Amino acid sequence: MLAFLFQPLQYAFMWRSLAAATVVGVVCAVVGTFVVLRGMAFFGDALSHAILPGVAVTYIFAGTNGPLFWGALVAAVLTALGIGRVSQDQKLREDTAIGVVFAGALALGVALMSTVHSYTVDLSHILFGNILAITNNDLLLIGGFGLAVLLIVTALYKEFVVVAFDPVHAATLRLPIEGLRYLLLVLVAVTVVVALQTVGAGLMTAMLITPAATGYLLARKLTHMMAIAVLIGVLSGVVGLYLSYYVAIASGAAIVLVATACFVLVWSATRLGQREA
Amino acid sequence: MITPTAPDTLAPAAARPAAAGPAALELTNISAGYSRGAAVLQGVSLTVRPGERVAIVGPNGAGKSTLFKVIVGLMPHRSGDVLVHGHSHHAGDCPSIGYVPQREAVDWRFPLTVLDVVLMGTIREVGWLRWPGRKQRTEAETALEQVGLAGLAGRPIADLSGGQQQRVFIARALAQRADVLLLDEPFSGVDAEAFESIFEILDQLRARGVTVLLSTHDLETATTRFDRLILLHQRVVADGPAGEVLTPERLAAAYGGRLIVWKDGQPMSVSADDCCP
Repeated sequence: MLAFLFQPLQYAFMWRSLAAATVVGVVCAVVGTFVVLRGMAFFGDALSHAILPGVAVTYIFAGTNGPLFWGALVAAVLTALGIGRVSQDQKLREDTAIGVVFAGALALGVALMSTVHSYTVDLSHILFGNILAITNNDLLLIGGFGLAVLLIVTALYKEFVVVAFDPVHAATLRLPIEGLRYLLLVLVAVTVVVALQTVGAGLMTAMLITPAATGYLLARKLTHMMAIAVLIGVLSGVVGLYLSYYVAIASGAAIVLVATACFVLVWSATRLGQREA
Repeated sequence: MITPTAPDTLAPAAARPAAAGPAALELTNISAGYSRGAAVLQGVSLTVRPGERVAIVGPNGAGKSTLFKVIVGLMPHRSGDVLVHGHSHHAGDCPSIGYVPQREAVDWRFPLTVLDVVLMGTIREVGWLRWPGRKQRTEAETALEQVGLAGLAGRPIADLSGGQQQRVFIARALAQRADVLLLDEPFSGVDAEAFESIFEILDQLRARGVTVLLSTHDLETATTRFDRLILLHQRVVADGPAGEVLTPERLAAAYGGRLIVWKDGQPMSVSADDCCP
């Protein structure tokens, strides 16, 4: 049994992957809690696809060794602010605004990537993750930005909660509601980029939503919801990596599958519990 | 139940004896809330003295909710001024305004406890980058005692009865030391006991100099329990004692073709036929 656990750990890449998956699990769960409570799942999905142009441009000019992280970060933050601005107008419903922006951005990104000959493999890495190829440098960026996101959420926790729960009350407290709204969008954008290499743009929404959704089913207090989300996020990362090691399936997908399985388990248990009650 | 001898440690910060000093709330020529070209509020002016208790009546779409949102600063107003105890409602030193939302507007499944909600009232006191401490906890628990919810601090808001739901938000306004309290349809769907306990709390608030504005569909309650009514229908149709305000002509002007039930010369209720404006 112990051999089973320790065998993959003889490889350095496995340690780096586990570290990345842990960071991603924690950060996505914390930010994902607010995404779920504010009904921003579609936005999170859109953002993860909309970063493609930024990544593509960086890729074209610098190849796969280029600073994809930074290119993605710039694209993500700009997209987040753009969606924030468009949805402020209220002429379009928020989901329409998001749909327009993200579909266009995704198309632009794929078009740009296709100008490079060998693009298909790299595109699949961007969309579905390439956690096993994470370098120490990547880990530094992921860890650094992940920590920054966590610090900001901790510092502004009570403000984020009140804006999510009761914006009118937030107004009576004279909190900068629009500023906080934009800040949360930017935090989601940074989280998406942090998780990009682990699960990819295509699967990223799951890491934001699924652990937090599972927490929502179980918890009666926000702190508990977030704690459960973090636990499941990290667990999914670790179990998913082991699964992909032993069963030889894509790691990003494996992580998401484990998270989803947790959700299904909890959801079934709560349904059964209700039926018996 | 409400304890008449509860300690008066949560007196509003700027309470003044009635009819002395500046008005508690003064709106001058407020126009706001544009949807499809027409303003929901047009040239609304009203003055409320400290400690007064005013009922705002009018049909759906009359602008009652918009009025409250403009007062707290959530919705911008194109013209006019809102002054709270002489201070502009955007000024940093403006006295606190408490807001009790409609029960239907609250997400009762948000994972919060009663204490979490009441503590939201203390956010300004706590300030940025800090967490509520023992002082705020004590204030919150005192507020809960004063509304008769002592001992329910740890209860999830999803588990509260209708009558208890209102009172949590009133406790939040007490913890906020609000000088002016706005209640949005507080009587909808409450049973007789909860109804009476709301009035007991309102009486306590009046004794402390808290100014209360509430909106209601219930003309009978407005007539029998309030000295002053404001009939709103985009503009202030009438403002004064019930006998002056709820005349057949004025009601027809405000409520249009809806059916009004009268009893002994007093309007009792309005049919809720809001299908076709």
